[in-house]
Amino acid sequence: MKSKDGMTLIVKTMTRLILWMIFLYGAYIILHGHLTPGGGFGGGVVLALAFLSILLAYGRSFTLKWLNMHFLEEFEASSILLFLIVGILGILAGGVFLINFIDHGSVFHLLSAGTIPLLNIIIGIKVGVSLFLVVYALSELKLEKGEDL
Amino acid sequence: MPIEAWLIFLLIFMILGSIAALEIKDILSSIIAVGVVGLGVSLAFLFLQAPDLAIVQFLFEIFALIILVRAFVKKDYHQEEPSKINKILIGVTLITLTAIFILSISVFRALPQFGQPLMHIADHYLNQGILETGSANLVTSIILDYRAYDTLGEVTVLFTAILGSLTILRIKSRDRQKGGVTT
Repeated sequence: MKSKDGMTLIVKTMTRLILWMIFLYGAYIILHGHLTPGGGFGGGVVLALAFLSILLAYGRSFTLKWLNMHFLEEFEASSILLFLIVGILGILAGGVFLINFIDHGSVFHLLSAGTIPLLNIIIGIKVGVSLFLVVYALSELKLEKGEDL
Repeated sequence: MPIEAWLIFLLIFMILGSIAALEIKDILSSIIAVGVVGLGVSLAFLFLQAPDLAIVQFLFEIFALIILVRAFVKKDYHQEEPSKINKILIGVTLITLTAIFILSISVFRALPQFGQPLMHIADHYLNQGILETGSANLVTSIILDYRAYDTLGEVTVLFTAILGSLTILRIKSRDRQKGGVTT
């Protein structure tokens, strides 16, 4: 908060107040992807925008302290494996790759539709983290030129 | 007002926005005009009753706008010379486009009615989708159950694109470090 990079105090305070609502909205869209409009891609972009608002409002050094970038990069690279693992579990359970092998449950309940919510969560995390990483890499490039993102 | 009238209104609005994006000299106004086009697409999806697409289009538009503004707004593109347009080229393009449009009128007439596709697979999804997948949102059930291979391909495309862009960006910044620019 005391560092000079980032935007003004007004923007920082508003970001601090709103940030968790944005996270909550993204998680809501991802988790309810099989019930309401939206899904992994849309919710993932909301998560990426939440991360992006931290980067814009608080500056780069704060974000580096707040988030473990190295972990995020490895997590992004390995999250596609989770999708494949769900698919291969389908082979083990039902004989077909990516089959919906979990019990479907009753419609309109949160825990229903088998593997669909699982895949939604995986895609959401993947999209959110990877889009944020691109913006972060762009900001790295700008920092080299002596500008501040 | 019928839905087609709203759509035509939106289309005219978007065409005007794209012309403005091309013609305005100021880079920030140009980016905002591009954003108008994208948000118009999002509204059109809403009018066509596709809220999933509308949400994704809206969010990606915001994301792209933020990146564009941050990437371009401090740079000095304002004095860039307007490109000299060849008038013969414009004439040839206009004549070709008009010819294609006139020739394709009969194709437009042969198109199926709006909302009544030729393929019968859609009926199966609409009638059996909830029973077969247990998902109340049919779009999600198609994306992640019937067409899960497609989604796997999409995620792979996203993965490869992110990998490539990260690699290129890292190489550039490393080159600059070697060039002696202090960080």
